[in-house]
Amino acid sequence: MSVKPEGFEPLIVAFCCNWCSYAGADLAGTSRMAYPTNVRIIRVPCSSRVNPSFIIRAFQRGADAVLVAGCHPGDCHYHSGNFFTRRRFTVLKQMLEYMGIEPERFQVRWISGSEGAKFASVMNNITAEVKSLGPNRKLRDAR
Amino acid sequence: MKRIGVFLCWCGSNIAATVDIEETMAAARKMPGVVYVDHNKYTCSEIGQAMIREAIAAHRLDRVVIGSCSPRMHENTFRKTVEAAGLNPFYLEIANIREQCSWVHKDKLTATEKAISLIRTAVAKAARSEPLFSTEMSIERRALVIGGGIAGIQAALDIADAGFEVDLVEKEPSIGGRMAQLDKTFPTLDCSACILTPKMVDVAQHGNINLITYSEVEKVEGFVGNFTVTIRNRARSVDMEKCTGCGDCYAKCPSKVDSEFEMGLAKRRAIYTPFPQAVPNKPAIDRANCRYFTSGKCKVCQKVCPAGAIDYEQQDQLVEKKYGAIVVATGFDTHKLDNYGEYAYGKHPDVITSLEFERLVNASGPTGGKILRPSNGQPPKNVAFIQCVGSRDKAKGNPYCAKICCMYTAKHAILLSEKVPGANAFVFYIDVRTPGKDYEEFYNRAYEECGATYIRGNVSKVFPDGDKLVVRSVDALSGALVELVVDMVVLATSVDARADARELAQKLSITTNAYNFFNEAHPKLRPVETQTAGVFLAGACQGPKDIPDTVAQASAAAVKVVSLLNKESLLSNPTVAEVDIKLCSGDMSCLAVCPYGAIAEKFIEERHGREIRKRRVAEVNTALCQGCGACTVACRPGAINLKGFTNEQILAEVDAICL
Amino acid sequence: MKVTTDKINSNLIKEVEEVSGQKVSACFQCAKCTGGCPVVWAMDVYPHQILRYAQLGLADELLNSKTLWICASCQTCDSRCPREVDIPKVIEALRLVLLRARGGNYLHPNNLPARVLENAPQQGLVSAFRKYAR
Repeated sequence: MSVKPEGFEPLIVAFCCNWCSYAGADLAGTSRMAYPTNVRIIRVPCSSRVNPSFIIRAFQRGADAVLVAGCHPGDCHYHSGNFFTRRRFTVLKQMLEYMGIEPERFQVRWISGSEGAKFASVMNNITAEVKSLGPNRKLRDAR
Repeated sequence: MKRIGVFLCWCGSNIAATVDIEETMAAARKMPGVVYVDHNKYTCSEIGQAMIREAIAAHRLDRVVIGSCSPRMHENTFRKTVEAAGLNPFYLEIANIREQCSWVHKDKLTATEKAISLIRTAVAKAARSEPLFSTEMSIERRALVIGGGIAGIQAALDIADAGFEVDLVEKEPSIGGRMAQLDKTFPTLDCSACILTPKMVDVAQHGNINLITYSEVEKVEGFVGNFTVTIRNRARSVDMEKCTGCGDCYAKCPSKVDSEFEMGLAKRRAIYTPFPQAVPNKPAIDRANCRYFTSGKCKVCQKVCPAGAIDYEQQDQLVEKKYGAIVVATGFDTHKLDNYGEYAYGKHPDVITSLEFERLVNASGPTGGKILRPSNGQPPKNVAFIQCVGSRDKAKGNPYCAKICCMYTAKHAILLSEKVPGANAFVFYIDVRTPGKDYEEFYNRAYEECGATYIRGNVSKVFPDGDKLVVRSVDALSGALVELVVDMVVLATSVDARADARELAQKLSITTNAYNFFNEAHPKLRPVETQTAGVFLAGACQGPKDIPDTVAQASAAAVKVVSLLNKESLLSNPTVAEVDIKLCSGDMSCLAVCPYGAIAEKFIEERHGREIRKRRVAEVNTALCQGCGACTVACRPGAINLKGFTNEQILAEVDAICL
Repeated sequence: MKVTTDKINSNLIKEVEEVSGQKVSACFQCAKCTGGCPVVWAMDVYPHQILRYAQLGLADELLNSKTLWICASCQTCDSRCPREVDIPKVIEALRLVLLRARGGNYLHPNNLPARVLENAPQQGLVSAFRKYAR
């Protein structure tokens, strides 16, 4: 049962690979492309470093959405890491949906180091989508 | 408990204008483990760094968190700072409160809140950081240069002059590249061949340069200092040892095909050297067009060869070689004009590309340097030059500016006035761009002294009228419609990346931009490096470039190679994967996902009671591991961790964010 | 208004350059001349356009323009031109070319009415002879 309180500001955890998406986030910064403050970035060397358990943990601890961002398929700095990312999170996404977590709450995006504008628009979109969904209650630790 | 110091940077007003430094400092003081908090206008300055070093000593700090710009900017700077203060450089964490906070948010309240959260996250990670150490790796002190145009030639010569062995791989039968096709060079009108061919000869004669023509790079493995490259030596069908370069073979060869070097304006034979000054000046057989290879009969070249050098049985050979560094200098292709029907290219012989015009002007070209209309062999009276053909065209060409066309078109207009007295040049342009030493003056000369008429407006249609061509446009400056009747139209074709650039990029694990030009590591500060250590860029493969810029970049790449090869050894990346053999189940899932072959199986002996059992575990080769972390997720028992980005650290970051 | 090969290759540019001693082709259309002209408000063709028309051989448009007779030769444009084109001289040359082209404009001292001779400034007379002399 989702609740939509007034002025709800979602908390979004974003795992960004160092070579593309983190660089894309930096480019959004240097280009001064504004996006909401709801997103917190965790820098990882490659999107393939992101263990599905990290995502579950974020939902457990109260994140309203999780984003994994990596290089475009074929452009991985480590040859093939994002192919693993793609496979792993296709499976995880289905599992999360099965558990009742809306698909908008867990997203995987390919953002290159030259796509500052795409980074900002992905952040704007995910924030807007999650805002309309309301806070995540599933998986959350009883605290 | 760790003793963590937090340092906040104002970055002038870049951070301080949006993030409340006082409030962030107050919040940081309450974070677990934080014993000292300070701030500075410019933390990256010497004063700012000194402040950190002093605070580490004065407050016995053992972990440092800096809230500043992106770690991609100053992580190395600050790692050196903490190292100078006696800490392990990996005890440093950076919270990116500029690019990912102050620069993208406007509201001070929420930006400060986010900055605090980012600092808390970095503190949580720092508290779990462990000392990391590099290991030394040997260096193969040889270089590979891919591409034998002016960029590759210059890079190879510079590296070789510094005393290192260089292999120069070129896919054509001769080095020389695009520059060999040009007639004169702007802005000095030096003869291209006169300045290029001596360098080509230098390459051939240099004791440190091993020239590998008619060959391509097949596979690249390894890493900086230790690349293993497989080179495909294509079957030349000519024994390079025996051939004397006399040329009897191509004088007698019966198969004629369009010469690529002459842009199809002349024929070459099936056994050929691309041009008379070729280096090496030894032919190759183009098997697709050779009568013997296509019909099984002929062998004329073998009969006439006095040296017995023709060898129809040659096969492609794969050669594996080791290098410490690689320079990529593969150059450019000219833009295909399939999308530009309005210019009648291919429909009318007098509509030619700029590179074809270059061959027409060239003394060793198909017309012996006379500018003649391809249709009737007469000198043209009026010539229209159309700029930006395929450039600055988002709709059906390249959206970028090809950079060299304004200048070579000015050169063509000047050459036309010199070679065909009384001929008129009309240049249709969108903007004339001449940034470069002596460039504007050169362009001025074209219209002031050589009589070229510049018309601001792109040509919309070219169509034949009798034996002439009609060119339709408008002079946007006056608003006058323009309809010129000309004898020849020259299209300033745009510069594309090589068709196979992406393929090569994947082999080298470097990246390309949206138009397949190779990406430099930093557009301003690391213009010749790539994201892959040990791979450097030179020339137009990195982006459209003229000869002076290409040569400058090639020499710069050579310096980078030389300074790398000069080192006794390299320090490895310490953020590598690590196996906890107590947890390792030996199912080797990690091995399957490792793109570097950095994981191998190892058998350890364990005592079980009185019995000693052998058990299989994974082992990481730290010299090969690049630290991507794919294995850490594949590992079912969670036995592999990535140093610097451990599971514990990342989970602590997640927890700190979600607090 | 249309540019053709014939017009662009006509002698107009050469003639104007010869009479004025200025390089019309040197102009790259920055339009600084027009920006600073104190009488531009009265002109139908702006000074930079005059040069452009001359470069393209648009004789009719040039010679029918009122601008030729409005330019006060104050030299504001000339003093600011980055390409060292003395525009008043070009405009003066255009007037000459125009008047000569119209024909029948040969000025003979004997044909000048006495009252003109009495009142006209000397410089004006010299100028008139220069302009109408073949």
